[in-house]
Amino acid sequence: MNNKTKTATALSTMKKVLGYLKHYRLLFVLSLLLAVAVVGLTLYLPILMGKAIDLIVGPDQVNFTSLTPILIQSAVVICATALFQWVMNICNNRITFGVVRRLRHDAFTRIQSLPLSYLDKRPVGDTVSRVIADADQVTDGLLMGFSQFFTGILTILGTLCFMLTLNLPMTVWVVVATPLSLFVASFIARRTHSLFKKQSEIRAEQTSLVEEMIGSHKTVVAFAHEDEALRDFEEINGRLEETSRKAVFFSSLVNPSTRFVNNLVYAGVALIGALICLSPTVGMTLTVGGLSAFLTYAGQYTKPFNEISGVVTELQNAMACAARLFELIEADTEIPDAPDATVLSQVGGRVTLSDVAFSYTPDQELIRDLNLSLTSGQRVAIVGPTGCGKTTVINLLMRFYDVNEGSISVDGHDIRTVTRHSLRENYGMVLQETWLAAGTVRDNIAFGRPDATDEEVVAAAKAAHADGFIRRLPEGYNTVIGEDGGSLSQGQKQLLCIARLFLCLPPMLILDEATSSIDTRTELKIQNAFASLMKERTSFIVAHRLSTIREADVILVMKDGHVVEQGNHVALLEQGGFYATLYNSQFEA
Amino acid sequence: MRIFLRCLGMYPRESVLAPFFKLLEACFDLCVPLVVAAIIDKGLGGQNHTLVWQLCGVLVLLAFVGLASAITAQYFSARAAVGSAARMRRELFAHMQSFTYAQTDRMGTSTMITRMTSDVNQLQTGVNITLRLLLRSPIIVFGAMIMAFTIDKKLALIFVAAIPLLALVVFGVMLGGIPLYRRVQSRLDRVTAITRENLSGVRPIRAFRKEEQQINAFSEANRKQTGLQNKAGMLTAVMNPVTYVIVNLAVILLVRKGALAVDGGRITQGEVVALVNYMGQILVELVKLATSIFTVTKAVACGNRIEAVLAMPTGMAVSPAPDGTPTPADHTPAVVFDNVSMTYEGGGEPSLQDISFTAHRGMTVGIIGGTGSGKSTLINLISRFYEATEGQVTVFGLPVACHDLPSLRARIGVVPQKAKLFKGTVRSNLCFGYENATDEELWAALEIAQAADFVRAKEGGLDAPVEQKGRNLSGGQKQRLTIARALVGSPEILILDDSASALDFATDARLRKALRELAGNPTVFIVSQRTSSIKAADLIIVLDEGVAVGMGTHDELLASCEVYREIHESQFKGGEA
Repeated sequence: MNNKTKTATALSTMKKVLGYLKHYRLLFVLSLLLAVAVVGLTLYLPILMGKAIDLIVGPDQVNFTSLTPILIQSAVVICATALFQWVMNICNNRITFGVVRRLRHDAFTRIQSLPLSYLDKRPVGDTVSRVIADADQVTDGLLMGFSQFFTGILTILGTLCFMLTLNLPMTVWVVVATPLSLFVASFIARRTHSLFKKQSEIRAEQTSLVEEMIGSHKTVVAFAHEDEALRDFEEINGRLEETSRKAVFFSSLVNPSTRFVNNLVYAGVALIGALICLSPTVGMTLTVGGLSAFLTYAGQYTKPFNEISGVVTELQNAMACAARLFELIEADTEIPDAPDATVLSQVGGRVTLSDVAFSYTPDQELIRDLNLSLTSGQRVAIVGPTGCGKTTVINLLMRFYDVNEGSISVDGHDIRTVTRHSLRENYGMVLQETWLAAGTVRDNIAFGRPDATDEEVVAAAKAAHADGFIRRLPEGYNTVIGEDGGSLSQGQKQLLCIARLFLCLPPMLILDEATSSIDTRTELKIQNAFASLMKERTSFIVAHRLSTIREADVILVMKDGHVVEQGNHVALLEQGGFYATLYNSQFEA
Repeated sequence: MRIFLRCLGMYPRESVLAPFFKLLEACFDLCVPLVVAAIIDKGLGGQNHTLVWQLCGVLVLLAFVGLASAITAQYFSARAAVGSAARMRRELFAHMQSFTYAQTDRMGTSTMITRMTSDVNQLQTGVNITLRLLLRSPIIVFGAMIMAFTIDKKLALIFVAAIPLLALVVFGVMLGGIPLYRRVQSRLDRVTAITRENLSGVRPIRAFRKEEQQINAFSEANRKQTGLQNKAGMLTAVMNPVTYVIVNLAVILLVRKGALAVDGGRITQGEVVALVNYMGQILVELVKLATSIFTVTKAVACGNRIEAVLAMPTGMAVSPAPDGTPTPADHTPAVVFDNVSMTYEGGGEPSLQDISFTAHRGMTVGIIGGTGSGKSTLINLISRFYEATEGQVTVFGLPVACHDLPSLRARIGVVPQKAKLFKGTVRSNLCFGYENATDEELWAALEIAQAADFVRAKEGGLDAPVEQKGRNLSGGQKQRLTIARALVGSPEILILDDSASALDFATDARLRKALRELAGNPTVFIVSQRTSSIKAADLIIVLDEGVAVGMGTHDELLASCEVYREIHESQFKGGEA
């Protein structure tokens, strides 16, 4: 990306962030005004103090009549500064926390309407970090960064003005000498950067060893590999210590070095100021109070510079985060349901796929010319080796993805012309990848029908053969299970997902390896329950059990993402194709 | 706290020198206002040019020695902090390596990794801050007060009043903020959890049409978090203005009282300026002190967590062999279980109940049962990965508790349920338990494990790279390598924990045949959910919820054991695909 487009993107990102600010327009303007007032008053105080000090010359040379009003004035200035600062802080908090809340809300709402194609492509952790961490960065960096930047610039300009009113040569010295501290700081930062990079590389290396050896601790122990592991660890640990020590040491030089430069500036100001005091030349006088005020300014002047250089990096970082966040907030949503979309009520279960073509990426064709016509209550089995795209068909049926060509219809309605909710309401689904919500066992079973009675929940659990293990849990049906099932075994989670289905019982079923983690004896019992369900329901089953497959009305045989064969068990065996090979291989051993 | 102090104790020289040089630097800093006062009073007051030059020279000199002391202090501090952290990491790693399975279960690997990485890093920062800042700030604060006393005792009383007041505000806000911010964080965790849940469960959520409901739940959590954040923000928003007011009102008081003192000739104009300067220094240092204390408290908490890990007793005690144990002979059974029961820590029901059997040398024992029936528990007792809660496990004629663990485990080859490989090469993985195995031994193991062909086909053969967790290998390849790994070193007992699941039927059959013909006649335990894998075993143990509901050969069990028959029929009536 060249600089011009970079700036353009940064500008448009900034604009979007400002868009969020408009809800807080008044607060924002107020905050800026208060910042001006706070900076002005803060800088005015040393002048007042200088004046006061000039009135205290020596024994019997103190002008009390002038001193008292100055001190009262100072007290008023101090209290006003504090008040303004307090209100400004509160304004800034409201703005920042409000904007981050809106950003998160919009991001989350957007997630609910994003197409699965968007979400499937991105790791969950990545999107989560956009909603949480990036949103924080945007507000911290952009808003707080902006307000710091603003106050910083104001302080620098203000200090310059006040210093100029006091004395020119000293101002020149401060202005010329201070950049030195910035230079020193950035010099050290550049030097330490490569050390920190190396440190994080070694640290990553060590973490991956730790993850391996601790994560597979049981294997390490079983093979008595502990000593070797420790030896490898020590080698990396030694290198890490070496690099870290250098990185920590060199980076800790920044503060003493800048302090050193500031001290030199201070000494210079003291010298110049003192000399001017001693021999006032034409048009240039300086009082002790003036010198003391100036010394205060000289001490303050460098601070905003250091802050601003920090803020700039923060701002750049925040920009990048904002760009990532807006990419999510502005991602294209699914095509919304048409306003006149049909609402499917209890369907009969006629499903027709005609000339369906689909691929996830344009350059990799997956399904082509898929035709299938099912009457109510028929059963389709989808078989094939792992990773052959069986799940794709389910994605299309549920409209998680839309077909590229052709159409799928339910009871004669093209599913693109019905509302998604009403379509999905008619499917009951159990996936191989179990998912449970954080909450109680009961909540999870009643996920699709929160109004179900306790009796209904227990009945569903019994039908799914889950009642037994649920009762053995510490709190039975009220046991709270953590995010994504927590401590339950894969098989137990699957049983709960099946119980969830048994409570709803829609007219069409999708079972994707629904019993893959359940032991065969329990599985057989559940299959019997499924079998009676499937009698009156159109069902799509991805399975590995031949009994299920053999009894299917249609078998779709898939390989490498394509449907290679289609027919019933007998026909496919006679055909002697891929299905026949697959089937016969089971009996060779 | 102990760990934290121990870290400092590891580098006693550095831990003394770093603060000492910091102290020096602080003293030099404290001298500056006095010098400025002298410039004003003696230089300007006395119209003395030379003295002004000299005193400014002193300022420059102070800057230089200040820099030198600071650098020295940072050097010692970095050495102590980084060095003790490295030692702590090593100690933790070695300690965790000696954990038992039960300890690993209780702690969880992610916690163990956190202790090793981020907790130790926090500890390092804490030690560093302690040595560098934690001592500097009090020195400056109290130093300033002491300096004030040297100037004028009466005026110094303003310092005595202002410092506790400032400290009260600064620490009050910080301490009051900690629980609030902890709550803000936990509310944010909730927001994060909902977000993650909605992404990982996007299909079920849409299938059950819960989008609206989830948005409402999120909004609620989000709103609550923001509310709390504003509340916490109110508290911190107060700190700067209030401390500003305290410091500057104290300055006004100083000037007012100072004016009286100057008027009476007790102190000079320059000394008033010095006092004002000292007051200015205090605030900055108090804020720094409060932040440092915050960081150090966190580090101490991390240290305590690390300490808790290090305090866990490791390993299992080896008991002396009971008297009268016959020396193992060839006919001594390989494994004997005598009324063994086992309950996991925190588990209510026993996972194994009253199991007794004898496995003679060379026998093949099959263990079958549903998920959670106790199969893996049973075999884990043989290598003493867990301790039986009741009864006795005897291996090679000696109770397991009396075996030296590494040498016992060297005689047992285990193929775990989940194929776990490590970053390195095929060779480094095969030699995981036997560093000195020869190429011949490795190839022999690979042949039996049906892995020789694919290893040979790989570029580099035995030296072909293996990525972390074996990511560059297929499931079946990984599984065969783990089998070969267990075979290296010709174990006397071989345990296969449901470890042929990723193999196709033909390979599985060849593997089983090769295992039957193993040299050295090892005792083989095969754990499986499938009757086909174990039907040739000499002894089959059928487990159901931890109880042995059947024991015998395939044919005997078919005739006598209801559960076994059901398992068998569930797999063979319909056949499998």
